[in-house]
Amino acid sequence: MLKYFSSNQLYLGLEQALIAASAAMLVVLLARKRGIHLESETLIAMVRGIIQIVAVGSILLLLLRGPRWTSGFLLAGMIIAAGATSARRAKGIPDAFRVSACSIAFGAGSVIALMTWLGVIDTAITSLVPVGSMLIANSMNVNGLALNRFRSDVLAHVGEIETALALGADAKNSVSPYVQASFEASLIPAIDSLRSLGIVWIPGLMAGMLLSGARPVYAAIYQFVVLAMIFAASGLTSLVSTLLIRDRIFTAAQQLSLQPGR
Amino acid sequence: MLPVGESNEKQDENSVDIPVTSPPTSDPILRTQHLGRIVKEKVLVEDATFEVRTGEVLAIVGPSGSGKSSLLRLLNRLDEPTNGTVYVEATDYRQIAPRDLRRKLGMVNQRPHLFPGTVEQNLRFGPLQRGESLSQDSIEHLLARVGLKGYATRNIANLSGGEAQRVSVARTLANSPLVLLLDEPTSALDETSKLEVESCIQKIVHDQGLTCVLVTHDTAQAARLAERVLVLAAGRIVRLGRTNEVLHA
Repeated sequence: MLKYFSSNQLYLGLEQALIAASAAMLVVLLARKRGIHLESETLIAMVRGIIQIVAVGSILLLLLRGPRWTSGFLLAGMIIAAGATSARRAKGIPDAFRVSACSIAFGAGSVIALMTWLGVIDTAITSLVPVGSMLIANSMNVNGLALNRFRSDVLAHVGEIETALALGADAKNSVSPYVQASFEASLIPAIDSLRSLGIVWIPGLMAGMLLSGARPVYAAIYQFVVLAMIFAASGLTSLVSTLLIRDRIFTAAQQLSLQPGR
Repeated sequence: MLPVGESNEKQDENSVDIPVTSPPTSDPILRTQHLGRIVKEKVLVEDATFEVRTGEVLAIVGPSGSGKSSLLRLLNRLDEPTNGTVYVEATDYRQIAPRDLRRKLGMVNQRPHLFPGTVEQNLRFGPLQRGESLSQDSIEHLLARVGLKGYATRNIANLSGGEAQRVSVARTLANSPLVLLLDEPTSALDETSKLEVESCIQKIVHDQGLTCVLVTHDTAQAARLAERVLVLAAGRIVRLGRTNEVLHA
C-alpha cells in the first residue's frame, strides 16, 4: 500500500520504519496496561538502533566502493569485534577475548579464505564482506554459546572435576565431558538451521537474492551453500574455542581456577 | 612451642603457643612448614606447621569456617599455598608432578562425587589415568576392604549414601595412596550410614595401618578414630597433641 504513496525509496524506508516502530510501541502499551513499564527503555533502544544501523549502512556504502583488498581489513575488524562480544559470555575465564578472537579468526577465517580461493565466495567486496560477515557473526554466536555452556557446566561440576584431579587425572581429562557437551550444545542452532531450511524459514540472503531478481533455484542452492559454510565455520570455531578455553581454567599446578565466588 | 622436628626460626611474638604433648616417634610421611593461604586478604590458613607420622591418624577439628577443609585442599595441592610448603617423604611437594602427588595423597570428599556408570568403572578411574588396568581380583579385594563385596557391577545410581561414600573410599584406595585425606567423609550422611562409613575407615586405617588425615567437625568421631588431634581456629593451629589430652583439656 505504501508504494502508492511513496515513489522515493528513502521516504518509503522511513515510512516502513515508522509503521514497524508503531507496532513495537503498541506492544509496549499493552505491556503498560499489565503494569510492565518498558516505554523509555524501548524508545531509547529503537532510536539508538535506527541511528546505529543507518550509520553503519552509510559507512559500508563507502567501504564497499573501495578496492578489493580493503575487505581483508573489514573482516579482520569484524573478527576482533566478534571476539570481544562473545568473550563476555565467559566471565571469570582468563584470556577469554584472545581465545574467542583466535577461534573465530581460525574458524570463520579459514572457511572464508578456502571458499574464496575455491571460488565459492566471489572476491568482489560486495560479495565477500556480506557473506564473510555472516560466517563471522554465526561463529561469534556459536563461540558465545560454547563458552557460556562450558563455564556454567564447570561451575556446576566443581566437585566432580576436583575429584577427578584428586584421583590423578590430568586437567584435560577432568573437564573432557564438559568440553564435549559445550561443543555439541553450541552447534544445535546451526544444525537446526540446516535441518529446517526452507520448511520453517527462508533465510534473509535467499529472500534478498529473490528480491534482486536471482533465479529461485540458484538462490536456494546458494542459501544452502552459505548455511553449510556457516556450519563449517561455526563448528571449527567451537572446536578450537573449547579446546583453548579448557586449558585456561587451570593453573600451572593443575588446580581448577574457575570456582564459584572466586 | 612448635611441633617437635620443626625449627623455631619462624616463631614470633604473634604466634600461638601450641601445646604439644606427644613428640613424634616415627618418621613423618607428611610435614607442613609455615603453610598458609590468603585469598583477597582473607586468611584461610596461616602458618600451619605440623607433621603426620607413618601409620597414624591425625584428626583436624575446629568450628565451621576455621580452615579445616582449606588446609586439607592445600595438602592435596588442589589449592596453591601463598606461604610455606608441604614435604611428602622429605620432598617439597612442589617438586612432585601434581598428578603423582595427588595419587600419593588420596583424597575423599564430603560428597562422594561418583562418576556415572558402575562401581567397577569408578574404581578403575584412578589407575586408568596412568595407563594401568585393575584386575578383577583387585576390584573385589578393594570392595571387600570397604565391606561392599559383590558390588562391582552395580550402577552408582542404585547406591545408598553410605555405600556411595564407601565406593568413593575404595576408588581412592585403588590408587594405593601413601596417605588418605578424608574431608568430613560422614557429615552428609544419616546416622546409620555414618556408622557404616566410620567403621569402614576404622578398618582401613587401623587394621591396615594406612596413614590418614581426617577433617571432622565431630570431636567424638575424632576421639574414636584419631591418635592425635589438631585444633584449628581462624586458620591457625591452636592445639596439637594426643587425642585424649587435646579433647579433654
